[in-house]
Amino acid sequence: MDRSSRSGSRTSVPLVAMAAAAALALTGCSSGHGGKKAEQAEANAAAGKADTPRMTVALVTHQAPGDTFWDTVRKGAEAAAAKDNIKLVYSADPNAGNQANLVQNAVDQKVDGIAVTLAKPDALKSVLGKAERADIPVVGLNSGLADWKRLGLLEFFGQDESVAGEAFGDKLNTTGAKKVVCVVHEQGNIGLTQRCDGLKKTFKGTTETLYVNGTDMPSVRATVTAKLKQDTSIDTVVTLGAPFAATAVQSVGDAGSKAKVATFDLNKDLVKAVRDGSIEFAVDQQPYLQGYLAVDALWLYKYNGNYSGGGVAPVLTGPAFVDRPNVGKVAGFAAKGTR
Amino acid sequence: MSGGGQALGTPPAPGPGTGTGERDGRTTRRPPALRLLARPEVGVFLGALAVLVFFLIAAPSVRQGGSMATVLYQSSTIGIMALPVALLMIGGEFDLSSGVAVITSALTASMLSYQLTLNVWTGVIAALVVSLAVGAFNGWMVVRTGLPSFLVTLGTFLILQGVNLAVTKLVTGNVATDDVSDMDGFGQAKKIFASSFDVGGVQVKITVVWWLVFAALATWVLLRTKYGNWVFAVGGDQDSARAVGVPVRFTKITLFMLVGLGAWFVGMHNLFSFNTVQSGEGVGNELIYIAAAVIGGCLLTGGYGSAIGPLFGAFMFGMVNQGIVYAGWNPDWFKAFLGVMLLGAVLINLWVQRTATRR
Repeated sequence: MDRSSRSGSRTSVPLVAMAAAAALALTGCSSGHGGKKAEQAEANAAAGKADTPRMTVALVTHQAPGDTFWDTVRKGAEAAAAKDNIKLVYSADPNAGNQANLVQNAVDQKVDGIAVTLAKPDALKSVLGKAERADIPVVGLNSGLADWKRLGLLEFFGQDESVAGEAFGDKLNTTGAKKVVCVVHEQGNIGLTQRCDGLKKTFKGTTETLYVNGTDMPSVRATVTAKLKQDTSIDTVVTLGAPFAATAVQSVGDAGSKAKVATFDLNKDLVKAVRDGSIEFAVDQQPYLQGYLAVDALWLYKYNGNYSGGGVAPVLTGPAFVDRPNVGKVAGFAAKGTR
Repeated sequence: MSGGGQALGTPPAPGPGTGTGERDGRTTRRPPALRLLARPEVGVFLGALAVLVFFLIAAPSVRQGGSMATVLYQSSTIGIMALPVALLMIGGEFDLSSGVAVITSALTASMLSYQLTLNVWTGVIAALVVSLAVGAFNGWMVVRTGLPSFLVTLGTFLILQGVNLAVTKLVTGNVATDDVSDMDGFGQAKKIFASSFDVGGVQVKITVVWWLVFAALATWVLLRTKYGNWVFAVGGDQDSARAVGVPVRFTKITLFMLVGLGAWFVGMHNLFSFNTVQSGEGVGNELIYIAAAVIGGCLLTGGYGSAIGPLFGAFMFGMVNQGIVYAGWNPDWFKAFLGVMLLGAVLINLWVQRTATRR
């Protein structure tokens, strides 16, 4: 007995020493700047919670895995669900057929409400009919501004991509831009194409399109640099997603160009860049609001019969411009990943 | 032409010769020019040259020094990964997880440093360990089970893709990592992995230098060391290699770990040049690395290839990729152009080798 306990303590000595050494090494390596510690200075206030009976809502989107934008939509939906005592079932698939199956899945589950994006409306037509027959209220969000009424949805929250593009073009007119390049990070994505097309419609100067490989940042950087060198008359680079704006700023530096950078969508690093002036402005369609309102609307409909827009008018969530004068207001929210 | 496929595989790859059948035509000495043409990298060299000349003519802005720096930068980030992928291919195996493994490495370094508020070098070292471990796992699974590496690494590819996303979301609450650019050690690491320097008024990225250094190193290892011989041997014929005493398992596992090493390096470049990492990136790049290696004259079946070939393969890819932009062609056709040019290059490559090795 004695022996085993001693051998136990003997093996544990080096272990403890190793752990201590590791801890010491880590403390020695700690960073005096930035990091999690700096972030934790902020605190969150939690909203109250509804006392209505628990209900289930399915949110079905056409998100591709790992997309910043949809992550924010989902956070909004989760916040509303937590507040309204809702069990939120989130599912997503960029393939229209698969998305229709996910809606069917929600109908099979007999959920109390469905919130759905209509990126490819006709693919969802038959399954939305099934939801209607099963008496499940359906609201639309994000994509499908032109189609939600036709498909018999209750209400719609969002902003069409082309409308955002048009607003973007108008804003560019005020900055004195003459020639812009629209950087598309996913060739063939309809939403991105609509943004560029909308921009072209209202922008008074010339617009060019540039396709880049959105899954490879160094490639994006090199391609935008190449474009700026090829055409030195470009004075504004427009990116269609937040992460690409920061890369475009580096490309402008690499190319020795004087072009400005403006972008669709927002994230916390962009807020910093807008503040220090390296990015001119960002247009935001407020994805958090889309997710939040869609889920909250289903709750209001179930427990108070309310619905926005009377079944005719959509609820527009944008465009919201973030530029130097107002960036301070959204900075804190963006840092949490909710704006 | 019936001997074309075989002719591709047999000629001058260094490796144990059979020494039998003096008169069967296989060992007759061919003219030096033809023998030079039969080197695995010659076809791709000519292809790359053709593409370069083509774009020098078609796109005026390519002629500026700065443009070449951009082309080389793009080529280098592909090329650094194409090298170990090529070595692995010579060794007879594939790695489909290499594209997302780059992001796994960058995510590890970024999140570890940020979440624990450590000097970024701690994260860099941890990422190296993780990357090597992923490589070792791939290699171990392949030699242990004898399954095709295509299947094993397809599995790792999917696993890493999911893990990248899920762990990032779990740890940071977002799908991208936090900005580490203001943390201790960042500036130092950036100097090594992502800085640029001035050459006659042109800013050249440091990755270009690393790329050339690594290619030289890989060439030396392949042609002048025992390990290089092992690589050719296990890719050529695993059983014969084992029979003559080549440590097949060791060679394969280390080859996979080399891919991990490359993924770590490119991952660190991504992190220190863009400050944050998007968790969904990297998908599809594995095919570009493999394409660069194949265009560079490495055989998909193993046992034949070089490290210089993939260097030109990556350059060709970068050149076409950027050249189309410099030429200002209709961007809707971008991918189609790219495909046609790459296919054209591969055909030139094949034709040169067939002509050179015909007897």
